[in-house]
Amino acid sequence: MKQIVVISGKGGTGKTSVVSGLASVGPKKVLSDCDVDAADLHLILKPDVLETNDFFSGERPEISADKCTSCGLCAEHCRFDAISDDFQIIPEKCEGCGVCSYVCPADAVSTLPRKCGQWFISDTRFGKMVHAALGIGEENSGKLVTTVRNASAEVAEKEGVELVLVDGSPGVGCPVIASLTNADMALLVAEPTVTAMHDLERVHSLTKHFRLPSMAIINKCGLNPELEETIRKFCTENDVTLAGELPYDRTFTRAQLEKKSIVEYDPDGLGKKIEQIWNSIELKL
Amino acid sequence: MRIAIASGKGGTGKTTVAVNLAAYLDSQDIDTGFIDCDVEEPNAHFFLKPELGPAKEETLPVPEIITDKCLGESCKKCIEQCRFKSLIWMVSEVLVFAELCHGCGLCELACPADAITEGKRVVGTTSTGKAGDINFATALLKIGEAMSPPLIKAVKKADSKSEVVITDCPPGTSCPVIEAIEGSDFVVLVTEPTPFGLHDLDLAVQLLKILKYKFGVVINRSGMGDNSVEEYLNKNNIPLLGSLPHSRDAASTYSSGDLLWDKIPGFKQEYEKIWNSIIKLTSGAA
Repeated sequence: MKQIVVISGKGGTGKTSVVSGLASVGPKKVLSDCDVDAADLHLILKPDVLETNDFFSGERPEISADKCTSCGLCAEHCRFDAISDDFQIIPEKCEGCGVCSYVCPADAVSTLPRKCGQWFISDTRFGKMVHAALGIGEENSGKLVTTVRNASAEVAEKEGVELVLVDGSPGVGCPVIASLTNADMALLVAEPTVTAMHDLERVHSLTKHFRLPSMAIINKCGLNPELEETIRKFCTENDVTLAGELPYDRTFTRAQLEKKSIVEYDPDGLGKKIEQIWNSIELKL
Repeated sequence: MRIAIASGKGGTGKTTVAVNLAAYLDSQDIDTGFIDCDVEEPNAHFFLKPELGPAKEETLPVPEIITDKCLGESCKKCIEQCRFKSLIWMVSEVLVFAELCHGCGLCELACPADAITEGKRVVGTTSTGKAGDINFATALLKIGEAMSPPLIKAVKKADSKSEVVITDCPPGTSCPVIEAIEGSDFVVLVTEPTPFGLHDLDLAVQLLKILKYKFGVVINRSGMGDNSVEEYLNKNNIPLLGSLPHSRDAASTYSSGDLLWDKIPGFKQEYEKIWNSIIKLTSGAA
């Protein structure tokens, strides 16, 4: 089984449009949405949820007002400013480190498991999909990504599917690092803008850091020919195989408004390009 | 006044709105500061082109074990207490996995032998400077470093004196965003008129309601999709601060790293409108 993770560094370069397009072509896959912060793939794939699981991570402390003596030790030792003036836990700031309960002389802090979100196994018209919703303002998206990744691999294993296609998250931090773990290939979606170029370089240093083979797609071609050339050069110099190029075209937005993948919406035009991109990926795999 | 520019979805135009709003304010002789809190992918400097001073390393406290003092296998209190699995027992000593450490200090508190001191892990760099008259601060997360909130916290300290401070936030609704908007008087959510834009806007709205911030919405690339975002705003009584029309011209000007507010017809008026809406909605807030 092979796992391909689609990343970009910068948000908005078209990762999810590419993933839903690639989902519509080639062999059977398991789809995995690792943008747990703001997952969008389900808007196109309209999954039928088969299985819902709660995601717990870390602890949620609670301070009992009855036992609390307002001594202030917890607030003094908490390095995350997660204790309010009236000695209550501020959940958005709490990292669940346990310092408050350790230092409390009145034994006023109890800890409960912290529910941070949910993850789902679903059926879609393109195969099984594993996705998640991080609770609003919750942390540990990295751990939820890992949960989604592991579940995707298990589903693929069980279904006898040879490929997992992962929609990654933006950035180079915690969730992205988690989505690249155990991947066989990173597919970088670049767009010809100075900002996306910079972010592509950053995310590429991350894939290098993990010694992960990479391919790239240039999206929104025609916007800035000079930068498109710069991206092609960057790929050649950095051993990143160019899987293909997609034009700057409002058809992508129209497909999204219809909740269709680009291949379903424009099978003879942009759909063909996605097929060609898939063929280059398959060759490299 | 601190104004945070955020959005659930990446790529809706947070940085575009943040830098153009800052440049517009600067043109109106308002004393403006700018902090790039998107430390994973900071991009504001491409547009505001600041002169930056030297990069300063930012660190997180992590434990260092003084082996001579450590009581060893009979104790292991630090390992038992650590919630982040950043300390493990290896053969005959405590090993620190610094990259998993949140810097909470519990191990040091738990050690009965005073065998733990505070070392440092570099999480990234910050730098400050000027972009014309704009006080500018930016940060860069180290590649391979997972935790951005400590660095966001550090870069936010760079400017407390400008009359209006614009902070460009990372995308999403989890810890980095919460850290970036912390302490703002007003939050501007930037979205685009598409199903993805609307879905992620709703997540960001829910977050701001939980955190009890005043906020309004800017629709970027207006006209590229449908009217569902406007309908959503009407239904939920959320103020629309302004709409920036979709144009290929704007996209290609942006692609080269140029500002839009003074180049694309109609944009200057729209930024003026956004600013006036913010003033109206925050009047009473210093």
